[in-house]
Amino acid sequence: MPAPSSSARAIVLWVPDWPVVAALQTAHAAALARAGDDIDDGAPVAVIDRGRVYACSASARTSAVRRGLRVREAQARCPELRTIAYDPVLDARAFEPVLALVEALMPGVQPIRPGLCAIRARGPARFYGGEREAVQRLLGELAAFGLRGCRIGIADGIFAAEQAARHPESISGAESISGTESISGAESIHIVPMGEAARFLAPLPVGILGDPGLTTLLVRLGLRSLGDFAALDAAQVRQRFGEVGAHAHALAGGDTTSGITPRAPQRDLDVGIDLEPPLERIDQVTFAFRTAAERFIAQVSAMHEVCTAVRVSIRSESGQVSEREWQHPRWFTASDVLDRVRWQLQGSGSAAGALSSAICRVAVSPGSRDAASNHEEGLWGSAPDERIHHGLSRVQGLLGHDAVVTPVLGGGRMLAERAVLVAWGDREPADAAASRRRPWPGQLPPPLPARVFSPPRPAVVRSPAGESVTVDERGRVSAPLAQVGVDGQAADVRPNAGRPNAGRPNTGQAADAEPPALLVPQLRAVTAWAGPWSVDERWWDRASARRLHRFQVVDDTGEAWLLLQEGDRWLAEARYD
Amino acid sequence: MNTVSVAIDIVEHMFEYEGMTGSERVQALQARITQMQRRTLDERALPTLPPLAELLPGGAMRAGSAYSVIESHALVMAMLAGPSEAGSWCGVVGVPDFGVEAAAGFGIDLQRLVLVPNPGDQWLTVTAALVDVLPVVVTQPRGRVNEADAARLAARLRQRGATLIAVGPWPQSEARLSVETGSWSGIGAGFGRLRQRSVTVTVASGADTGRRRRGRLWLPGGNAGLEAAPRLVAVDRPEGALPWDASGSTDEPLLRTVV
Repeated sequence: MPAPSSSARAIVLWVPDWPVVAALQTAHAAALARAGDDIDDGAPVAVIDRGRVYACSASARTSAVRRGLRVREAQARCPELRTIAYDPVLDARAFEPVLALVEALMPGVQPIRPGLCAIRARGPARFYGGEREAVQRLLGELAAFGLRGCRIGIADGIFAAEQAARHPESISGAESISGTESISGAESIHIVPMGEAARFLAPLPVGILGDPGLTTLLVRLGLRSLGDFAALDAAQVRQRFGEVGAHAHALAGGDTTSGITPRAPQRDLDVGIDLEPPLERIDQVTFAFRTAAERFIAQVSAMHEVCTAVRVSIRSESGQVSEREWQHPRWFTASDVLDRVRWQLQGSGSAAGALSSAICRVAVSPGSRDAASNHEEGLWGSAPDERIHHGLSRVQGLLGHDAVVTPVLGGGRMLAERAVLVAWGDREPADAAASRRRPWPGQLPPPLPARVFSPPRPAVVRSPAGESVTVDERGRVSAPLAQVGVDGQAADVRPNAGRPNAGRPNTGQAADAEPPALLVPQLRAVTAWAGPWSVDERWWDRASARRLHRFQVVDDTGEAWLLLQEGDRWLAEARYD
Repeated sequence: MNTVSVAIDIVEHMFEYEGMTGSERVQALQARITQMQRRTLDERALPTLPPLAELLPGGAMRAGSAYSVIESHALVMAMLAGPSEAGSWCGVVGVPDFGVEAAAGFGIDLQRLVLVPNPGDQWLTVTAALVDVLPVVVTQPRGRVNEADAARLAARLRQRGATLIAVGPWPQSEARLSVETGSWSGIGAGFGRLRQRSVTVTVASGADTGRRRRGRLWLPGGNAGLEAAPRLVAVDRPEGALPWDASGSTDEPLLRTVV
C-alpha cells in the first residue's frame, strides 16, 4: 500500500436527507409566497420517487419509515406523513448555493452528488490552523446559512472520509479510534487520523461498497466486513472478481490514490450597464452599450470559448423587464450582440424607435458557450457562408429579426401550417421534423400549389342556377360548381401584350391600389372541379376544432384553385399557377 | 482549346439536322451560333433544368443577368430548382405567398432558401443586399421599376455574378418568360384530382422586339416537378367531325404528338 500523504487527506461534507432538505426549502419558499400555511419543520416528510420512498426526514424515520418503502406502507406506518415528489434537478440546483458557500471558505471542492461533496484537506488545515478548526469554521458558516445537522468526515481518501461522515455513531462508542465531537447538538465531526483509514474501515460491513452483486457474493463467501475483504491478496481478487472487484478491494483497503478533482468555479460572465439618466432613444442605448458588448465578447474569447447564444435583459424605468435568448447560426461578435440588443429594444419587426419608457439597465449573459476550437475556420476559410450570414444580418438590421426567414417543413393538414418559417439565426423548432413524419390523413397529394395564401382569400362559388354551393353534413355537394370568383383575382391582372403590368403585388397592397369595394369578385366559369375532401380537425377541442371541405377547381382561363368550404363561406387556400 | 472543341461539336451536330425542314435547320443553327457567342464571353452558365434550358437564350440561365417571369410561381420555382440542386443559395424577396412545399417538390433545397416575405418599400434595397451574397435572387417589384434602378442593379448583378428573377415585368431583362395556355389533366366535372398541367411557355429574349421561342412543358409534371412535354405539330384536319371534338371550334389547329 502506498504511504499515505497529506495531499490525499479529504474532508467530506454530508448533509443527511438532502432531498428532503431541498424539497422543504422550496416548499418553504412557496409557502412564504402564498403567505399562508407554513410547514412545520418537525413534521414527518418523505420524498417519493416512482411510488417508493426515496428519502425521509428524521421524524419520519422514528415512525419506521425507511428508504425504498412503498408510499402506502409508509403512510400506514406514519399517517401524518407529508409526501413530496422527487425532482433531481431541484436537488442539484438547491445544492449549488451550498457549494458556493464552501468554495468561499476553502478552495478545491469536488461535488460528489447533491448533498455530498469532498474538499481537499491540506490547504484549509494549514490556513485555519488544523483540520478540526477548519471544519468547525465550515460548520459554523453552514449553520448560519440555515443548514443544521451536517456531518463531516476527514480521512485518507474520499471513500474513507465519506464513511467517516456517514457513520459517526457506530464509532463513537467505547473503542473509538478517534474522537467524535458534537457541536451545537446534531452536527458532528469525525476525524480518522492519517494512516488509520484501513483500520477505521475494517469493521464496516461490505454492503457499503455499493455494488449489490459483489457484496452478495462476498457475504456468501463469508467475507462480512471490509477488513476481511481487504485481507485477501490483491492479485487473486483481481483474478477472481475482475476490475470492479479490484477497485472495491482497493477501496476497502483504505486506498488513497484517487485524489480530489475540484470543479472549476464558474466565472461570472454577465455584463451589464446602468444608464443614469435613463435613455429614451434606441441608438443612444446601443451606443452606450457598445463598449460593454465588446468587453463581454473579449471576456468569453479570453477563455478560448465562443458564445452561440446570449440572453439579453433590458429593464425600463417603469420597472418592466424584457428578457430573451438569442441564437446565432455561428457565434456572436460584439456587433452581433449589439444588433440583438437593438432588435429587442425595437420589439419584433417594427423599425420605429418608440419605447414605452426610458431604459435604465441593459445586461447580457451567455446563453450557451462552446470551445472556440470547435468553431475555427478551416485552412481555406469558410468564406461563402460567412458572407451570406453578413448579408442576411444586414437585411435583418434593416427590417427586423423576423423579416428574414428560412422555411422548414412541418406537419399539418392546411398548407400554411405545413411551412414553418424560422427567423435567420434561430434554431428550427425541434418538433417540426417529428410532426412531419406523422401520417396526417387529409393532407393534399402532390403536385402542391405554388402560391399559398395566408390568410386565405374570400371566394364565391355558384351553382348553375346562380346559388351559392353548400356541402351538407354527410359531405354531399348541393349542386355542381359552375362559377368561381376569388377576391384579389381581379386586382391581379394578367398582363397582356399591349399593356405592361406594373407588377402589383397581389396581397396586402391591393387595398391601396384599388378601392376595397370589390365585394363580388369577377366570376368565371368552372371547367373542371373535384371534391369535396373533408378535413375534420381537432374535433375534441371546441376552441381549435375545424371542419371544412376542400375542392380543386379549374376555371375557363385554365387557372386552378384550391378552395375551402368552411361553414357557410368559401375561401381560396391556394392557387396552382 | 475551346474553339476547337466547339467547332467539332458544331460539325457533329450538323448531322442531327438532317430530318428538319429548311427553316427549322436555319433556326437551330442560329441557336447554336448564339450559344457559341455566349460562351466566348466571360459569363457563367447556371445549371438549369434541361426542358427550360432549351428555351432560354444561350441555352441556360446565365450568371449576371436578370430574367422576368410573368404570372407563374411554378415557373419561378422551376428556374430556381436547377441552381438550388447544384448547391446554390437562393433568396426570395417580397413574395409572401411563395408555396414552400411546392418549391421542395420542384427540387429546391429548403436549407439553402432564404425568404424575405414582406420587405415593404425597401424591396429594392433588400434585393440589392441579397444580390451581394446570394447567387440567385427572386424579387417581386412593388410598383413600376424605373430604368435607372434597374441599370444600377444590373451592374451589381454583373459584378457579383448573380442572377435576378423578377416576378413581373423588369426593364432590361435578358429574357421574359410567360406561361400562355395551361390545361390540367386528371380532373373532370366532379371527379379525379389535379395531376399535371401542360403549358406553353413563351420566352421573349432581347429587347421587346426580340425573338420569341415557345415550348410545351409539363408544369408541374407527374412527379410534381418540371418535365418536357412531347412535341406537338399541327396536322391537317381530317374530313368529318372528330368523335372527341365536342367543342366544335374548327379554327384551332389540330395538334399531334411527335415521337
